[in-house]
Amino acid sequence: MITGSFEYHQPGTVPDAIALLSKLGDDARVIAGGHSLIPTMKLRLAMPEHLIDLQACQELKKISVSGGEVCIGAMTTQAELIASEELHQAAPIVRETSLQIADPQVRYMGTLGGNVANGDPGNDMPALMQCLDATFVLSGPDGERTVLAREFYEAAYFTARDDLEILTEARFPVCAGGYSYEKQKRKIGDYATAAAAVLLSKGGDGGCETASIALTNLADTPIYCQQASEHLVQNGVSDASIADAVTSAMGQIDPVDDNRGPAEFKRHAAAIILQRAIQQAWSRA
Amino acid sequence: MSATAESVQERRAALKGLGTSRKRVEDARFTQGKGNYVDDIKLPDMLFGDFVRSQHAHARVKSIDTSAAIELPGVIAVLTAKDLEPLSLHWMPTLAGDKQMVLADGKVLFQGQEVAFVVAEDRYIAADAVDLVKVEYEELPVLVDPFKAELPDAPILREDIADEKEGAHGARRHPNHIFTWEQGDKAGTEAVIGEADVVAEEMVYYHRTHPCPMETCGSVASMDKVNGKLTLWGTFQAPHVVRTVASLLSGIAEHNIRVVSPDIGGGFGNKVGVYPGYVCSIVASIVTGQPVKWVEDRMENLSATAFARDYWMQGKIAATKEGKILGLWCHTTADHGAFDACADPTKYPAGFMSICTGSYDIPTAYLAVDGIYTNKAPGGVAYRCSFRVTEAAYFIERMIEVLAIKLNMDAAELRAKNFIRKDQFPYQSALGWEYDSGDYHTAWDKALDAVGYKQLRAEQAQQVEDFKAGKTRKLMGVGLCHFTEIVGAGPVKNCDILGMGMFDSCEIRIHPTGSALARLGTISQGQGHATTFAQILASEIGISADDITIEEGDTDTAPYGLGTYGSRSTPVAGAATAMAGRKIRAKAQMIAAYLLEVHDNDLEWEVDRFVVKGAPERFKTMKEIAYASYNQAIPGVEPGLEAVSYYDPPNMTYPFGAYICVMDIDVDTGEAGVRQFYALDDCGTRINPMIIEGQVHGGLTEALAIAMGQEIAYDELGNVKTGTLMDFFIPTSWETPNYQTDYTETPSPHHPIGAKGVGESPNVGGVPAFSNAVNDAFRAFGLTHTHMPHDHWRIWQTANKLGLHN
Ligand SMILES: Cc1cc2nc3c(=O)[nH]c(=O)nc-3n(C[C@H](O)[C@H](O)[C@H](O)COP(=O)(O)OP(=O)(O)OC[C@H]3O[C@@H](n4cnc5c(N)ncnc54)[C@H](O)[C@@H]3O)c2cc1C
Repeated sequence: MITGSFEYHQPGTVPDAIALLSKLGDDARVIAGGHSLIPTMKLRLAMPEHLIDLQACQELKKISVSGGEVCIGAMTTQAELIASEELHQAAPIVRETSLQIADPQVRYMGTLGGNVANGDPGNDMPALMQCLDATFVLSGPDGERTVLAREFYEAAYFTARDDLEILTEARFPVCAGGYSYEKQKRKIGDYATAAAAVLLSKGGDGGCETASIALTNLADTPIYCQQASEHLVQNGVSDASIADAVTSAMGQIDPVDDNRGPAEFKRHAAAIILQRAIQQAWSRA
Repeated sequence: MSATAESVQERRAALKGLGTSRKRVEDARFTQGKGNYVDDIKLPDMLFGDFVRSQHAHARVKSIDTSAAIELPGVIAVLTAKDLEPLSLHWMPTLAGDKQMVLADGKVLFQGQEVAFVVAEDRYIAADAVDLVKVEYEELPVLVDPFKAELPDAPILREDIADEKEGAHGARRHPNHIFTWEQGDKAGTEAVIGEADVVAEEMVYYHRTHPCPMETCGSVASMDKVNGKLTLWGTFQAPHVVRTVASLLSGIAEHNIRVVSPDIGGGFGNKVGVYPGYVCSIVASIVTGQPVKWVEDRMENLSATAFARDYWMQGKIAATKEGKILGLWCHTTADHGAFDACADPTKYPAGFMSICTGSYDIPTAYLAVDGIYTNKAPGGVAYRCSFRVTEAAYFIERMIEVLAIKLNMDAAELRAKNFIRKDQFPYQSALGWEYDSGDYHTAWDKALDAVGYKQLRAEQAQQVEDFKAGKTRKLMGVGLCHFTEIVGAGPVKNCDILGMGMFDSCEIRIHPTGSALARLGTISQGQGHATTFAQILASEIGISADDITIEEGDTDTAPYGLGTYGSRSTPVAGAATAMAGRKIRAKAQMIAAYLLEVHDNDLEWEVDRFVVKGAPERFKTMKEIAYASYNQAIPGVEPGLEAVSYYDPPNMTYPFGAYICVMDIDVDTGEAGVRQFYALDDCGTRINPMIIEGQVHGGLTEALAIAMGQEIAYDELGNVKTGTLMDFFIPTSWETPNYQTDYTETPSPHHPIGAKGVGESPNVGGVPAFSNAVNDAFRAFGLTHTHMPHDHWRIWQTANKLGLHN
């Protein structure tokens, strides 16, 4: 449980960080809160020769809400996400999700950027970002580009981010309506057995105006459930439509057996968790 | 005129003796980060050791190439079995009469087994060097299922003893078989079972788990080549035994070895045995002439250092139609892993499993235990219990429930019908124990009243109706447990560890100014000995507990003792403390008589002084007597005031308790929540109620962990699946329910102060209470028994199999 040896770098700005990354190439990794990376290094599953710490890049630490858009810097910690009243007003689902990540110690260190860039299907923020229809901003040697969260995840630990790019921020529209992040886990500090992020808004007629559903740790990437979301918009929210939406979403999942239980159990639990999340979000809509 | 009642009371209170909720004197340093643990020890020129471990569960070691590791700057040595062989230290004896490889000798038998020991200038270099050692393995078929150990195609694990038909505990019928241990009346029990009205049968599995103390195991060995003395600091629950073993193994004379257990961050049985790391650090220090530290990490601790339980207990229990139990039969298949390294008294290869008749008056019983080798880590230690007592308690408390189901009877009533009655103590059990004292019915009634048992059952019945009617998806379970422990090992005539009788000791010195130092053969790992032993002594010798220092753990100063595990400290060393205190008092009485110019018999003891009978104004306080003992020539009395007592207990003590757990279960997700937990403990005389409560809270939380999720699981290739705290369940405050504690007080008749020990009761009684609650929740739907751990998916699976998801 001791990492291999490495060189430590602490650039002060994003351009400096990118320059370092370009120079050091494959042998370098950026480190944010370190709470996914350092455990992997201690197990020597990752042995980067250079760590580029983003802590000193002040421009990556921010939360802003303006013009109907929320913008969060990559180095914002989960604790900061929880603490921000402004963010809570704009997107209360973020606090609800963050509070279900690990424990306070981890949340003081773990960052939004690290959580979404890591590509670990167990992480909660990726599905949240898909549910919020977030856009990730990536900066690299060739400049800046954006990728939708819903298109970012390719496979476990594989994302659309190029090795030489840094994820600088996530942007998403201010939320309206009801929300819920439901997570079943074995204990504090555990990744999800099954988790669901749901945003629903009610129309004037009592119907479902918008719906967005995403799932955590039920496949090798987060799952955005487009059909299920559309089903609720088309049919309104009722026991029957929830059941159909859940069935549709369950058609997309592909859980694996692990210590949390066999896939069969996870399928069942996932359906219950999603059903509860929809009901909860609708009750708050 | 005697001293006023109030002043006697005040003086008694000032002693902070027995029955006082005195604050723990240890906590000032622990809560301020000022503890001194093994890993805090830093010596000049100290080197660090780290292990190359096997990734295979069963493989032949074809070759070990250490050359690249040796070449790494900062690496001092790499030890393999070949280097230890000339010293005969490549294998070592286990506490259970087996032997164990220190470093892989030709093959490896479990994942995580120690293969080579790298010694380097710092732990980072050592870790890098571990990666550079190249080991070539030839994989062998793996045996993980003890029930397949004796099949014709089973791989033979222990080739070193494959042909030995006799082991340390009698005949071996197969190379993978370790022993058969039988107790009780086989024919009689089988006859009773053959003829009884009702027989309930069940296989009760107590899964493999792990003590997982917060501090992992470690040692620092320092061989002084000039004076020939070896000092060994380590995480030892039994430092004196370690010294003796170290002397026998190394050939260093025992007076040249000093073993020190500094602060220990929890033991729970994990730190009783001797591990390869200790041996390697000693050898490395002898070889290099420099101090060598070895501290394992969490994954090493979980996957290679002693596990607990792994008992498959097949049971049959016979009763009349009315529910009077007639006989109990148990056959246990005990998975011991690759070496038999259980830490039990020598004559008890299955510990005190024969306490499995529990709190009940069962006239006939039979127990057989078969120990089996598998490709898993060795251990089988007593995780916060006296040797295998938690297995026994779990077994009988599950069997009672299974019988209640068969009889269609309330399980609380069935228990009450079969408890050993108060007037039957001392009680001879069918499996050979003499229970010292108990009053089970009183405790049981108090517990049932406290939780409102009848209403709980009514509420539960209603909830079952509601569930069936589709009004709720939750069920509730009421988990009952009445446990009896056997602790305080034990009488030297039948209890020893490696030949050392299981007495314990206390040595007291009273200083001239009336304060005291007491040293014991035990060692606290968080139990609060410095607090409670001072209280025992305060009540015996009339010196305030605040003026008494308790020291343990340094074999150069403490008297020989067998250490702390199996709830033995209070029953054995606590008794020694009281007895040594009485010797002090006897001498003090002679001194007081001389000072007061009366006959010894004319004095009586009153709290903190000797008073002349009938003349209460004439007295000498212990403080005055202490001073006199050092500054006056008293005819016929040696100067000074010291005493030593080595206490050989006449019997074990038998603490008991009544626990009730109310649990709510989400049938769809398998999540379970404890709504209420009531714990009544009877540990005899209560030394410090606050510490008892703390012990009960901690032990219950461990029990919760074990019952609800904590396990060491292996896959079919012998890979450890639960080697980190992500998967090995340790509850945080979030998962920990609220506990309601209560007590009755039935002193032990043979213990000098009547105390029985409490540290392990909550683990022993808690596990069945939690597990019974889960099982009970599904009783109305036809469930008889389901195995622990009751994590979400297993509870879900139980519900699923019962058709509750349709
Ligand atoms: C005990 C424990 C429990 C946990 N439980 C949960 C949980 O329940 N749910 C959950 O979601 N998470 C959980 N986590 C993970 C935690 O939230 C991590 O902090 C998070 O996943 C990663 O964030 P970080 O800032 O620590 O990233 P790091 O560990 O520093 O980095 C993670 C990866 O992302 C890369 N990276 C980091 N920042 C950037 C960036 N700006 N641009 C490009 N690449 C970047 C790094 O190179 C690395 O590969 C847990 C962690 C622990 C230790």
